[in-house]
Amino acid sequence: MRLAFSAEEEAFRQEVRAFVRARLPADIRRKVALGLRLEHADYVTWFHILESRGWLTPGWPVAHGGPGWSPIQRYLFDEETLLGNAPRIIASGIQMLGPVLIAYGTPAQQARYLPDIRASRTWWAQGFSEPGAGSDLAALRTSAVVDGDHFIVNGHKLWTSYAGWCAMMFALVRTDPHAAKPQEGISFLLLDMASPGVTVRPVRMIDGGTDLNEVFLDNVRVPRENLVGELHKGWGHGKFLLGHERTGIAGIGSCKQQLARARRLAAQQGLLADADWQARLAQFAIELIALETTALRLLSPGQRSPIPQAEASMLKVRGTELRQAIHEALFEIAGPHALPFDADALFLDTLDRMPAPPELGTLAANLLDSRKLSTYGGSNEVQRNLIAQALLKA
Amino acid sequence: MDFSFTDDHQALRDAVRRCCDDTYPAPQRGQPEGAATAASRHATLAALGLTGLQLPAAHGGSALGPVEAMLVAQELGRVQAGASWLASTALAAPLIAAAGSPAQQSRWLGAIATGQLRATLAWEEPHARWDLADLRCRARLEATGERWLLDGAKSGVLDGDAAGLLLVLAAAPQGPALFAIDSAAAGLQRLPHRLIDGRSAAHLHCTAVQAELLGQPAGAAALLDAALDHARAMLVAETTGAADALLALTLEHLRTRRQFGKPLAAFQALQHRVADHAIALEQLKSMACVAALALQADTTAERVRGVAAACTLAAQLGRRLALDAIQLHGAMGMTDECAAARFARRLLANGVLFGDANHHRRRFAALPSTLDNEGDTP
Repeated sequence: MRLAFSAEEEAFRQEVRAFVRARLPADIRRKVALGLRLEHADYVTWFHILESRGWLTPGWPVAHGGPGWSPIQRYLFDEETLLGNAPRIIASGIQMLGPVLIAYGTPAQQARYLPDIRASRTWWAQGFSEPGAGSDLAALRTSAVVDGDHFIVNGHKLWTSYAGWCAMMFALVRTDPHAAKPQEGISFLLLDMASPGVTVRPVRMIDGGTDLNEVFLDNVRVPRENLVGELHKGWGHGKFLLGHERTGIAGIGSCKQQLARARRLAAQQGLLADADWQARLAQFAIELIALETTALRLLSPGQRSPIPQAEASMLKVRGTELRQAIHEALFEIAGPHALPFDADALFLDTLDRMPAPPELGTLAANLLDSRKLSTYGGSNEVQRNLIAQALLKA
Repeated sequence: MDFSFTDDHQALRDAVRRCCDDTYPAPQRGQPEGAATAASRHATLAALGLTGLQLPAAHGGSALGPVEAMLVAQELGRVQAGASWLASTALAAPLIAAAGSPAQQSRWLGAIATGQLRATLAWEEPHARWDLADLRCRARLEATGERWLLDGAKSGVLDGDAAGLLLVLAAAPQGPALFAIDSAAAGLQRLPHRLIDGRSAAHLHCTAVQAELLGQPAGAAALLDAALDHARAMLVAETTGAADALLALTLEHLRTRRQFGKPLAAFQALQHRVADHAIALEQLKSMACVAALALQADTTAERVRGVAAACTLAAQLGRRLALDAIQLHGAMGMTDECAAARFARRLLANGVLFGDANHHRRRFAALPSTLDNEGDTP
């Protein structure tokens, strides 16, 4: 048992750190560090840089262009890129669709879509949630009816991130309304956002951002070849990634990034001499050690928890709640500077319009935005249900 | 970074668990031990080689490392073992091994390893709240200049009523120093008492008690801190074992107790609370590893960082689990006969025993930050 990273792991960390320092454009670094809004071009620029090094798709198998990293390397990559204020790899084509297509797609689907995802030519929207299907995703009602060699899709998707940037959507749709259980009779479809009948409406969120959208699907024709995996078996494909990736879900790199920011800004605001703030920041650092050690420990032989099926849920709950608590502290660090607000000025080129010092003027919006963490990816209440079911079984 | 348990680790854990299950029958866990029971249980642990776990083979020990000691301490926590292992093996033995002269080591360590001798450390004082800067127990050289004499009070001495060898921290003219006194020494008054969880301890009053300097006076404070951190790491492991056992009791209660026509396990308000217990337990297991591995750190700051972080969280989470388990057991959780209630008392005690959460968080906060890539300032 060894607490330190090995020499090889440390060398890898330094390699990632040097790469981020050398290659991340200064304007993007500044936007991330200040918590400003990022634009599509920012992500594409950074993703091209990562792809040029073969680092854009850490979760993909080597045969499909993944780097073949160990879980520890993936963990170090996340941490170093985030601490270096690089954008997160938020593209759901990379994070979600790629692994699903690799596991369940046909060779033709893989050949057609994976290269465009890696080249950031095609961004994919995730069409899972609906107005009546949030935590209870299996209640989804968007229907797909076979019509010759097409499906006719009708329904209403909600909370679709970055839909305006996306040329394609992968969606869960109901293909068998008479299935015995809600989870049965759902299929996984690929849908062209330029198809007639697709309407995207941005939703203005509590922080003034418009990354999320609703998508109306009105008699949209989808070729049958766009079905991924088996008909009616899409639920399993959609859930494929849940619990699959256990170090990323805790968001440890993001926690460290935000705690470093809190320490920097607290010092700048002259709060570090205050015993309460010392205690609070120390508490976060201690909880972060516990979170990080737990995420890494659960990967080690002999260290699985008694409920391995709920480990990802435990890490999600703890990681997101810690990050939210740090965002609350950041909001307090801003103090009166948290009050002046202009949602439309949270861009690098409108900084001079911001009514508060730029480092502090984003903290209220960031706090509000951080509330999504306990809601998305299965709300923390749903995660606690899963943990309790596993615990109380038997 | 590697947290793997080897086959040897698991074999050790299994052997200790079997021994503990036999030695501490479930209904007796957390009940105050009489002197004879405590002595016989200590002998049982010694027979399995646990009292000399980390001592060198030359002194009859097993020369195992802190990870093995952590595994043992977790098992002892699971059965709420008495005070003697923690006091003698986890606290006094490392201090003698680090600070004692070769002659002192030969005289005491072998006897500690065989279990014939129980030792403990008297470091706290009634006024001090774990702060050792202001020692009132004094050491002076006798007029002849040959023998040390101790005067003053020491409090909270774990196993102090039964231990045969008492190590005492006292203010010598040249600074804080460590001394050894015999439990039968003239002028020593021992006032035995129980802790809130039933473990034995004592308050000591020294009036011109003849004492032997442990090693050299120089560096005593640093050696004491290291030995205390060793015991603290073992205490975090004990807390982890106790929390694990407590969660099992709570889950069993929710599965079997029925109200409103269904088991308590069917109520979501209770489900979410035990989900949080499980998350806390995994963090405790992690912190037990962090603390144990910190004992092997290259620098004092690294050791303190790991141990202080672990002690902070163990005190906080241990208490939260303890008090919440009482609530989940309902009125039965308030009774003396409830096993969960006894575990709750143990967890409360552990959160205070070698410094509370605030104490350890201050130690942690005083260290420089380790995030070496703090993010470039924008």
